[in-house]
Amino acid sequence: MKLVIKRGRVIDPVQNIDAIADILVENGVIAKIGEAIEAKGAEVFDAEGLVIAPGLIDMHVHLREPGLEAKEDIVSGTQAAAAGGFTTIACMPNTKPVIDNAILVAGVLRRAETEGLVRVKVIGALSKEQQGKELAEIGDMLQAGAVAISDDGHYVSDARLLRNALEYTGIYGKTVISHAEDEGLVSEGYMHEGAVSAALGMKGRPAVAEDIAVARDILLAEYTGARLHIAHVSTKGAVEIIRQAKRRGVKVTAEATPHHLALTDEAVSGFNTATKVNPPLRSRDHVDALIAGLKDGTIDAIATDHAPHAFEEKDMEYKYAPSGFAGLETALGVVLTELYHTGKMTLPEIIRCLSAAPAKILDLNAGTLQVGVPADITVIEPMREWTVDSKKFYTRGKHTPFEGAKLKGKAVATIVGGTIVMKDGEVSTCGEN
Amino acid sequence: MPKSQVSLRNKHILELKTMTPAEMSLILDTAQEMKHIIDRDIKKVPTLRGKSIINLFFEASTRTRTSFELAGKYLGADVVNITTSASSVTKGESLRDTLLTVEAMGVDVIVMRHEAEGSAHFAAQAVKPVIINAGDGAHEHPTQGLLDMFTIREHKGKLAGLKVAIIGDILHSRVARSNIWGLKKMGAEVHVAGPATLLPRDIEQLGVKAYTRVEEALDGADVVNVLRIQRERQQKGLFPSPREYARIFGINAKRLALAKPDALLLHPGPMNRGLEIAPDIAYGEQSVIQEQVKNGLAVRMALLFLVLMGGNKVEAGN
Repeated sequence: MKLVIKRGRVIDPVQNIDAIADILVENGVIAKIGEAIEAKGAEVFDAEGLVIAPGLIDMHVHLREPGLEAKEDIVSGTQAAAAGGFTTIACMPNTKPVIDNAILVAGVLRRAETEGLVRVKVIGALSKEQQGKELAEIGDMLQAGAVAISDDGHYVSDARLLRNALEYTGIYGKTVISHAEDEGLVSEGYMHEGAVSAALGMKGRPAVAEDIAVARDILLAEYTGARLHIAHVSTKGAVEIIRQAKRRGVKVTAEATPHHLALTDEAVSGFNTATKVNPPLRSRDHVDALIAGLKDGTIDAIATDHAPHAFEEKDMEYKYAPSGFAGLETALGVVLTELYHTGKMTLPEIIRCLSAAPAKILDLNAGTLQVGVPADITVIEPMREWTVDSKKFYTRGKHTPFEGAKLKGKAVATIVGGTIVMKDGEVSTCGEN
Repeated sequence: MPKSQVSLRNKHILELKTMTPAEMSLILDTAQEMKHIIDRDIKKVPTLRGKSIINLFFEASTRTRTSFELAGKYLGADVVNITTSASSVTKGESLRDTLLTVEAMGVDVIVMRHEAEGSAHFAAQAVKPVIINAGDGAHEHPTQGLLDMFTIREHKGKLAGLKVAIIGDILHSRVARSNIWGLKKMGAEVHVAGPATLLPRDIEQLGVKAYTRVEEALDGADVVNVLRIQRERQQKGLFPSPREYARIFGINAKRLALAKPDALLLHPGPMNRGLEIAPDIAYGEQSVIQEQVKNGLAVRMALLFLVLMGGNKVEAGN
């Protein structure tokens, strides 16, 4: 089976390629990049005017399976990923039961193999049942294929437990992912603490709670020499702490979400529960610092924290609604609109954050268009204008703070292992390939 | 009944933050008329006959609920109360379902109190009847704000240029927020004071001056509005003890003397006498606390009248 993608603007930050070229895919791997490639019998994809990028990777997704299928499952979640241009997603372990042992890791991987439309990687829990008390069977899970370890959704309050997890995960050279918000400071809050929360009368989750947690975690990573990844960085202080740590040579990486890069706490003013998320949407100074951190490499990756909930769960009073919302199908559009079309970042910079960077953090053989690697490719139309309409989402999570937003830039095809799984917004049926 | 060129722009009464000074003046002027009805021997007028009002209270309340109930009844409306102490989450029925049930009974106005900020906005989007916010969490309590302004205006003849000190738990107070928005729009200067732990961060960005020493806020004030301190805040570590609160932040005769000699003393109730307010001044010469209750009734009558009869529909029908 052959596929030729012709005349696209090929961007591969790993190989430092940014040029109009053809790509030949053969037997599911990248066979050749060059000009005017002729291949007999090959399917031809005309990509003139389009950008050909390494398949996008979202290292922070809540697939909700097992146990929480009313919110999402592997089928709907991977369809949403394909629709959004993602060829690989890594799912978080806060399911029911929690993915805290090798059998569950293997089970999710196996189910994703047969039912998933894109590649699924599994992140194992750091503590048993994510209770923050005892280490989960980290070694077993990593040997069963888990790509990282995290108690995402919960901060590991016990410093001793995190220290042990860092050291233990370090045996395998893998990274621990931290959801960094000091519990005592945020436990009552449901939005950023500042002028908007003062006006709305809502309890705040202060930025300093994230700063403190990030600082402590980084000090432990520095002390143990282990790898640490900070999920969904959202504060000015955290960006600066990570920047300094990187200068000292600490093995720390970080991600930012499209919503923290694009929205401020002003969005909460209408009490729309689709704006409720942890960490919360911050004020403008934090957003600007986050963008600067992404631009200068302090923040390595963009990840969605795709956290779908059933409609009725979000359809309630703000303080009772669960945190999180769908992100896979809006991420690329939001990032291109907010960072590329505003001139803040270039396409190669953005594509690196969405492919090579997460691949490196999770040690994946992906995120590049090098000859010989699996042909995971995302075709992007940077100038495509579209309006977010959650009714058209593949995810079961129909809440998004970007509802009705006019975005510019969209994935128009998603190719996984040489197979087109999404074209012009239509995804193929799961298991078809 | 007063007929004015002005009418309320919005169907619902959700917050004072977005209300215009003209609207607030209309409500206060209408309340002045309504106050005469309360003093009559036979209070009932037929103005709202055939209209139905439901008091949907998810939080305990005596004065606000009774006030709305009597306001509706004095104007001839049918009033029903639903009081449910449990939140929608523990009750097992969602707020939307409860509202839809109430709507299906054909009510014209839903007066709602709920512990969650924004719940009145949620209701306004969920169902068709007019929503009057009787308090949503720590967000707003617009009718309390209006009745406080009414009381002040009645005594001082104006609101513009007055210095109003709001003392106590600003962090958890919907009364404080509605007072801040309303008073500022009407041209008053607002000072807030309380322990730093009970002042919201960045509160000064709302256009008020904030103090952690109550004496500074009281200095030369025309009005002192003392907020209720809930004892459970102490258990959450926001102040060390009721005894210390009363000693350092409580309003007593000595502190009240820092305000102007003719300063008014307000309290939204229910009071903790001996905690946030000293017993001797609570019903002293400067206190207008009982008037506030009566004025609350007048303001709520005015609002019910305006949302049901005085809106654009009446104008259009002329």
